[in-house]
This record gives sequence, structure tokens and C-alpha cells, in this order.
Amino acid sequence: MATFKVNGVQHQLDIEAEMPLLWVIRDELGLTGTKFGCGIAACGACTVHVNGKAVRSCVIPISQVENAEITTIEGLALAINGNSPTAAKYTDVQQAWINHQVPQCGYCQSGMIMAVTDLLANNPNPSDEDIDRSLSNICRCGSTPRVRKAIRSLANA
Amino acid sequence: MNISRRRFLLSTAVVGGGFIIGYAATRPSRHRIANDTLAASGQHYITAWLRIDADNRVTVYVPHSDMGQGIFNSLSMMAADEMDANWELVTAEQAPATDLFANGELISGFASEFGVPSFLHGIIGASALKVAQLVNVQATGGSSSVRFTGEIAMRNAGAAARQMLIECAAQRWDVPADECYTKLSYVHHNASGSSFSYGELAADAAQMEPPEKPTLKNPSEFNIMGKALSRADIPIKVNGTAKYGIDAFSKDMLFAAIRISPVFGAKLVSVDATEALSRRGIKRVIKLKDSVAVVADNYWRAKEALNRVTTEFEQTGNEQVNSTDIFAQFDHDLAAGSGKKILERGDAKKAMDEAKGTIEAGYRVPFLAHATMEPMNCTVHFHDGKADVWTSTQDNLGIRGRVASIGNLDENDVTMHPVYLGGGFGRRLPFNWNMIDHATLIAKGFDVPVKTIFSREDDIQQDYYRPAVSSNLRAAFDAAGNVTTWENRFTGPIMGPGAAHIPYAIPNQSIRYVNSRTHVPVAAWRSVDHSQHTFFTESFIDEIAQYSGKNPYNFRMELLAEHPRHRKVLEVAAASAGYGQDLPDGHAMGIAVQESFGSIVAEIAEVSIGNNGQLRVHKVTCAIDCGRAINPDTVEQQVESGIIFGLSAALYGEITIKNGRVVQNNFPDYNMIRMAQTPEIQVHIVESGEALGGLGEPATPPIAAAVTNAIYILTGQRIRELPIMNHNLTRSAPVAQR
Ligand code: FES
Ligand code: FES
Repeated sequence: MATFKVNGVQHQLDIEAEMPLLWVIRDELGLTGTKFGCGIAACGACTVHVNGKAVRSCVIPISQVENAEITTIEGLALAINGNSPTAAKYTDVQQAWINHQVPQCGYCQSGMIMAVTDLLANNPNPSDEDIDRSLSNICRCGSTPRVRKAIRSLANA
Repeated sequence: MNISRRRFLLSTAVVGGGFIIGYAATRPSRHRIANDTLAASGQHYITAWLRIDADNRVTVYVPHSDMGQGIFNSLSMMAADEMDANWELVTAEQAPATDLFANGELISGFASEFGVPSFLHGIIGASALKVAQLVNVQATGGSSSVRFTGEIAMRNAGAAARQMLIECAAQRWDVPADECYTKLSYVHHNASGSSFSYGELAADAAQMEPPEKPTLKNPSEFNIMGKALSRADIPIKVNGTAKYGIDAFSKDMLFAAIRISPVFGAKLVSVDATEALSRRGIKRVIKLKDSVAVVADNYWRAKEALNRVTTEFEQTGNEQVNSTDIFAQFDHDLAAGSGKKILERGDAKKAMDEAKGTIEAGYRVPFLAHATMEPMNCTVHFHDGKADVWTSTQDNLGIRGRVASIGNLDENDVTMHPVYLGGGFGRRLPFNWNMIDHATLIAKGFDVPVKTIFSREDDIQQDYYRPAVSSNLRAAFDAAGNVTTWENRFTGPIMGPGAAHIPYAIPNQSIRYVNSRTHVPVAAWRSVDHSQHTFFTESFIDEIAQYSGKNPYNFRMELLAEHPRHRKVLEVAAASAGYGQDLPDGHAMGIAVQESFGSIVAEIAEVSIGNNGQLRVHKVTCAIDCGRAINPDTVEQQVESGIIFGLSAALYGEITIKNGRVVQNNFPDYNMIRMAQTPEIQVHIVESGEALGGLGEPATPPIAAAVTNAIYILTGQRIRELPIMNHNLTRSAPVAQR
């Protein structure tokens, strides 16, 4: 039995201990905002937060997140902005992504946004080197120049 | 009115294999189907492409897939501007995959440019197909959407709608039409001060005959086109709600993992799935001609079980083939014959014989995979003699036909569900159908939806690759050191003739190719043949400049006297990049320029090489002449995208064949640039006012040569084979640039 919380909802599932979190989220819970890109922690498309920290869910067995709080892209605004009636619909990072029209195909962006959110939580004013070092997500469409601009707009905020 | 006599601005039915641009009769039955499918009560069609609701909302049906290029935005801007719609009231929707929306304009556009749509030259050799058979392709490719669907269909549809609405209002008021004008989705009559919203007029307008030749606006009258308007698809792409093909989901869904013969085309001989079948959640192991699939109630379970299946594939005779053999075959074939003519100008042979000096160089580039961020996948649900399909494709209508034929269904019983594409780059074009074919065969035995997913390894090893090409170039010079002759012999297949053409005024030219087939399946890859040939030609022109003792920029400018648009983009890029000015120590700039898909792009790469040989591309300055920018922000985005795509390929991209199969597996050995390798990119749009050029592809071709030309200056090493990572770079005294 695996017990964990996703986006504030408690789950208890009878699944194999070694099933990767990614496939639990996608195929067992039907939450499809978290993407499959490589399956070997090489691209970042599957990034989610486990207890607030960005991890690549394709290589995290479900047994490793026992009792953890997991946030996926669908639950990010709720986790950060709360659920009061006046809470903003998008997080600052998501809003910056809209302002800078970052996504192209968009497929990598769930993971990108989860990774950037974690980066900025720990380092609100990252240098270019910090960004380069801590953000290794792949965007096949080449949104990376805009990702940098959007991050800078938040850092300067 | 008599529906059968009704004429449409854009016909989707092209009769007799001819190309009809502009107006054409639509088969009435088709029109009825579309009306029944799309028009609910209170909604009226003015044309097949636009819907105006009684509440004054406008829906633009876009017959293309969104792969990230913002096409819904650009196309609806074009229609909305011509109809003088209030942009706030306009939404775009993907057109359903029915014949009515088939992409006649795209096909015609290509046909007029190339004879036969270049991007359709897939593995089955579309050149043999009659264009008549291609008109039912609802495809997105060749940087074509805005140029053809937009310029022709959308603008005419919008303009016609506006004229019809004015006509309706004029009739109601009983005033001459030229006393009426339109603004923000209303028709106004000044003298009486009255007005009608488009929605109020829609029902009447639907009864009217569309004008034969609607009047299009002059660019000076545009009030939507040319603006950097936000894309409507962005919000759902930042909160995880945008649905891609791979996101199709239902509670009863099953998932399939597949192993296709690693040597292309090998048949499956035997399978041992005993262990796999005993695992949890496994529903079935399915043997197909060239593959085996495991179907389970969870993708991971399917994949884990598949890892425990042992398979034997038949020998095809290609088991010994390596990349080195393929390039040796290219060399052999190039040496063996003079090849097929692409261009002969002047007398290259004579000029070569009389030359006072010659240089020659052999260039080559490897196969490349597309590696869209969303791996190949397809969900098919067979039920009640019908099928539902979810898949990310550049060609919904083609897939509908494909699934119907494999599933023995009538096309009308196959429903394509529109989804976003996690990248396309040519991988999801017609004929690159292995994921569709396998998924359909797998799902055929079930009555629940079955989602087949290629793992990243499958995606990279079962692609239709950007062709590897070898190109042997020679140039000849007269006694004064002027270049007199350009000779190029390269290997095909070629998909879009013209990629190897050069704009430079060299009097004698001989460009020929030899088709050298291999067992590796090939297809269009972002920019089709241009990514290879621009690397060859823009590198070799630098070699010629070097031999002539001229600066690469000045040399190009001299030879481009007849090409003012090329000169202009070079000038703009050079001025912005500060070309020719002092650079930090160890930095150099390389240039390349190329015309493709109607756009002309100059790129200047500023590059450095560290003491450890570490290459860094600091900045790319780009100038693009795409005629006119519909949405400048989208232009900029597509240019950034194209440069980064081309840069990943130039630095790292290589698919190697060993023992008949692909060596590379996943992103570590088929690498992409990330934040750390992303250069600063400056984009300048040059509005020449010429015909619209494409955007999705033209920025990709020049970047490789721009970078290697800069590397030459820093190292004296002329990189003639990609990727760059295979070369050890050592800084030397910079090569003098005059
Ligand atoms: S899918 Fe997890 S890192 Fe790529
Ligand atoms: S936006 Fe397409 S992969 Fe990043």
C-alpha cells in the first residue's frame, strides 16, 4: 500500500513499491499535466515537487515518497497562492511565463515551471550562472532565451 | 438559396488533379456534412473557415495543427483583420478532420513552388503520387500555414465575410453598400447613425453568395496584423491543462509498450513472453509483423514486462551496415557517376579546365532524429464499428484515413480528437506513420482505448531520419583570383530542389546529385534539405573568400549585387552584431545567410573557445526578411526556436548506424542544448513587403555554418563534418580577417 498526498488530496493505492511516481501520477491518478520525456531523469519534463522540492518523477519509486506531499503543475497555484477566493489563478512564475509568451509547443513547460519555481524559492535573485547550473531541463522548441528573460523579470521584481 | 450552387472562397475539393487557387466549387454533400457537424442553432456559416454566432462571437477554424508555432493566433489574426472583427470576440479552433477542411491551399502553394509538395517526399516516394491524390492531406508543414492558408484562405474568407455583412446591412437599411463601413464587428451607416453587429447580420449573410473576388486590405489598413498579440494557448500551457496526444486518458484505458525490430524492416521470428505474462496488470502480448507489444493497465507495467520478453528478428542483410559503410557508399556513388542535374550555368567544365587555381572540399552531415519533446504515441479506441483516435499529428485527415484502412472502417466512422502537439519538426508529417500503424493494430483486438507510447529510446531508434548527406565542392579561380566556377556533387535523396542553390554571382555553376539509398528510413526534418546544404554552401563560400583573400562579409556582399534582400539582412545583422568591430580576446564572428521557404535569414554567431578547447556560442544576431510580420512576437519566437534547434544539431546531433541499427538511445547520447548553452539571441525583422515567407524553418539552416565559420577564425580548423562535438578544437593565432 502506498500512501501519499497529491495536490492536497490523500491517496492510498495498492501498487508496486518500485512504480515510478510519474506513472502513478499519470496512469493511476489520471493527472496528465506532468509529462513523460525520457524516463531516465535526463530532460526534466516530469518534474514535480515532493515536499516543495523539485524532483524528476520518472526515477522516483513511489515507495520513496511515502507520506510525502506531492505537488504537480495542476496543483501549483493552489499550493503557492492558497485557495482563498481572492487567490491569484496563476503563480508569479506562471504569470511571468504568460507575460513573456514563453511556451511554444508547451510540452516541456510543466517541468520547466516546477523547476524554476523551486530555483526561485531557494534563490530569489539567481545569477545567470545559477540559472545555467540549476536548470538543465530540455526544451526542444528552444524557449530557453525566454525562460531566462522570464526568470530575470521575477528576480528583478 | 440553392446549396449545391453555392461557391466557396476556398475549395477543399480540387477536381481533376488541377490546382485551383482562390475560388472553387465545393461538393455540396461535403458542405452539408460540415454544416451538420458544426452548426448548432443560432450559428451560421459565412464561409467554411469562419463562424459568426448570433452573440457576435467569431470562430476561426484552423485546418492546421499547433506544434508550438502559434499558428492559431497568426491565422485567426489574418481572418479577423480582413473582416474587421473585434479581436476580443475572436477565438480559433482546430478544424475537424473532414474533407471540407482539407488543406488545398497548402498543397497548391507547394505545388506551385516545387511541382510536388516537397515535404511529402517521404519514404514511399511521394513524387510518384499524383497531386490529385494529395489534396486530401490536412497537413502542417513546410512553414506553409501563414503563407498559404493565411494569405489565401483566411484573408479572402475574412474579406468576403466583411463584404457580405456590409451587403446585408445595406439591404436592411436600403442604402447603397458604399455608405456603410465596418469597425470592431459592427457595420455602421453614418448618415442614419445606425449600426448592426455582425451577429445580428449573420443569419442573412449565410444566405448570400460569397463575392467572386473580395477586396483585400492594403497593409496600411491593417489593424490586427502586424501586432504582437498574445497567444490564446499560453495560459493552458502553463497550468498543465493543455492536452497533448499522450494525455488521452480514461479509467478503462490500457497502455502498450512496444519493441520494433532494431534493424529497420526486420520481421519478427519468435517471442518468449512467459515471464512477462505472469506479471501484474498484463493483459496481452501482441505479436506484429516487425514487433512485439505488451498491453497492460499501466504504461510502466507494460514496459517492465516488455523488458522481460525475449525476441528474435529475421536477418535482413543489413546487420553489418555501419555509418562508415554508408559514407563510403556515398563516396563511391559520387565518384562513380556525374549524377542528375540540379543546375548548370555557364560552362563549369571548361572554366574548371582553364582555372588558374582550384580548391575542393568534401563535407558531410549525419542522420538526425527529430526527438520531439513528446515521444511518439497514439491512442485508438475501437468500439461499435467505429474508432476514436487521439494522436499528436501534423496531419489529422491523413491519419483518419490510415486508421480507417487498417481498421477496415469507413473514414467517416473514424473520429480524430484534436490535441496539441508536443513538437513536430517534420516527424508527424504524412507517411511517417509507424506509431499510428502499430497503435492501430494493437488496439484492434480491444474494445477499450489503448494508448501505445514509444519510449524515448523507441522514439530515437524508430524515427524517419534527416538524411545524411555528403557533398563534394570545388571552386575555380581566374588569374586575378576571382572565383569563376562553383561545382557541387552531393548525395540524395533530395526533397526540395533548390536547397543547394547559391545566390552568389559565380558565372559557371554545376550542381548535381546522386541518389544513394540506404536502409535507413528518411523524411523531412525541420527545414527539409536546407539544414544540410546551407552548412555546406555557406561554409564553402567562406573557404572561397579565404582563398580570395577577402573578408567573408564583404565577399558575400560583392557577390550578392543581384540579391538586395540578401544584402539587406546581412547588413542589418552585421550592423546590429557590431561585425568588424573589436571583440573580446578569443572571440570571433561567423556569418551565414540562406533563403528558404520564402524567407531570407542572415545569422552572425559570436563564438569563443576556451583554453581547454571548450566552445561557447555567446550570441546569435539574426535578421529575417519574411516579407511582412503577421505577429512580430511569433516571428521572433520562431526564429529563436529555429536557431536553438539548429544549434543543438550542429553541436551534438548525430545518429550513428552500427550493425544496421541506431546507436543513440536517449538524451544523454542524443543531446540538446540547455540553459547553459543557450546563446543570447537578437532578432531583427526586415519588412520588405514582399510575399510572405515561412517562419517555422528558415532560421534553422544558417546557424551551423555561422558557428563553424567563426571556429575557423579562432582555430584555423575548417569543420566539414558535423556535429562539432566530434572535433577537438584548439585555439591558434586568429586567422586574419581583412
Ligand atoms: S521524463 Fe523524467 S526527466 Fe525526462
Ligand atoms: S515548448 Fe516545446 S519543448 Fe519546450
